[in-house]
Amino acid sequence: MKYTEEHEWLRVEGEFVVVGITEHAATQLGDVVFVELPDEGTEVAKDDEIVVIESVKAASDILAPLDGEIAEVNSALADNPGLVNEDPIGEAWFFKLKAADLGPMDEMMDEAAYKDFIGE
Amino acid sequence: MGDLKPLLLKALHGAHGAKLVPFAGYEMPVQYAAGVMAEHLWCREKAGLFDVSHMGQVILPTDQAEGLEALVPIDVLGLAPGRQRYGLFTNDAGGVLDDLMIAKRESDLFLVVNAACKDADIAHLSAHLAGVAPVEDRALLALQGPLAEAALSRLLPDAAQMRFMDVAVMGWEGAALWLSRSGYTGEDGFEVSVPNAVAEGFASALLEMDEVAPIGLGARDSLRLEAGLPLYGQDLGPDITVIEAGLGWAISKARRADGQRAGGFPGADPILHQMEAGAPRRRVGLRPEGRAPMRAGVPLFDAAEGGQQIGTVTSGGFGPSVGGPIAMGLIDSAVPDGAMIYGEVRGKRLPARQSALPFQKQTYKR
Repeated sequence: MKYTEEHEWLRVEGEFVVVGITEHAATQLGDVVFVELPDEGTEVAKDDEIVVIESVKAASDILAPLDGEIAEVNSALADNPGLVNEDPIGEAWFFKLKAADLGPMDEMMDEAAYKDFIGE
Repeated sequence: MGDLKPLLLKALHGAHGAKLVPFAGYEMPVQYAAGVMAEHLWCREKAGLFDVSHMGQVILPTDQAEGLEALVPIDVLGLAPGRQRYGLFTNDAGGVLDDLMIAKRESDLFLVVNAACKDADIAHLSAHLAGVAPVEDRALLALQGPLAEAALSRLLPDAAQMRFMDVAVMGWEGAALWLSRSGYTGEDGFEVSVPNAVAEGFASALLEMDEVAPIGLGARDSLRLEAGLPLYGQDLGPDITVIEAGLGWAISKARRADGQRAGGFPGADPILHQMEAGAPRRRVGLRPEGRAPMRAGVPLFDAAEGGQQIGTVTSGGFGPSVGGPIAMGLIDSAVPDGAMIYGEVRGKRLPARQSALPFQKQTYKR
């Protein structure tokens, strides 16, 4: 598992990179009430705003962590946004990305580095 | 901006996992460990304790009632001892400078005003009235929800006798507590002004009860929004008239065009005229059709594409008891009742139905 400074986690699964947000991020956001996902097949560039998350408190964006194409989105989140709080690193994955290049993942934080980053 | 004033009950907030944020010059608990959604639902089912000590408490001598009537469209002279009314400081354009509670007590008048307007309100009162006395040595707590009466009457048995908008003074551990049966959640409940010396003890005595949990500002906002209650600075302000804000009901009979003391408050002409002839805008409830919340500032249109901007969302978010997004907006009165409204969220026009207010039935003990 790799982590970004935007509090996303990335997990390589076969030819895809599965992306979600960390437990720390879910806790900070508070109760999630709405998730807007991109269309499958969308071409994205790193740092594009591709997911909108609204909590009871505010709206925030998830940025594309890598260049690539959205292969699959987790449509369960549209009906049950609360999954993001219940199981952020499991069932509440956001999308699977067919990455153009996995190389940049080597530069991302591992779990120890991310824990350090959030001060745990 | 100067240093933030910590609320008196800061230690108590810390013990309950409060997340503190700056608000109106105070460091306020936006939520506790349970989170906004759980706190909101708790208050609707049980009893929630709110620390609203940032609000302004002001005492006026009884003989200033007539002077106060010159600032508010309220029948203050006709207020019976032991009762309070919702009031509004109006401006000459018919807009609102603040909304407040006015209580008539045995030997004085007691006002509760909004935190952000407190200094301006006291200056406004002092410019027109004598003997304006801000109360600086008391916390203000609200206990709200269907079990509020059961919880509070364990400490103050006489509280159970009060009806909606009654006020009373009751003794607790040698201190005089000032109660009103009112609040800002749509639930039955009480607001209690407590001398600083016993505030922590009184709050702790309530929080020790199984049915009482602390509730932060986040849930306070979603509770009042579901109850259709306007928030000063969003749904109310100097540029929105009393009638546009949907608060014509708050103008006492005696102060209306055909009343015994008609008019005589700032903005009486435009307000009483709009009461008869209608206002250019009106406050409406909105139920967005999808799940996306429409928050304050979202522009409202009369068509899914093209069309005209006909208003703006003034308050909006997610209603935990309603189970979906809810909003209030100020729209052009020419828009027909029931017509679909479209809010532009992130560049997309999303449909919202006009809805009667409140979204959640009020359960005041009348």
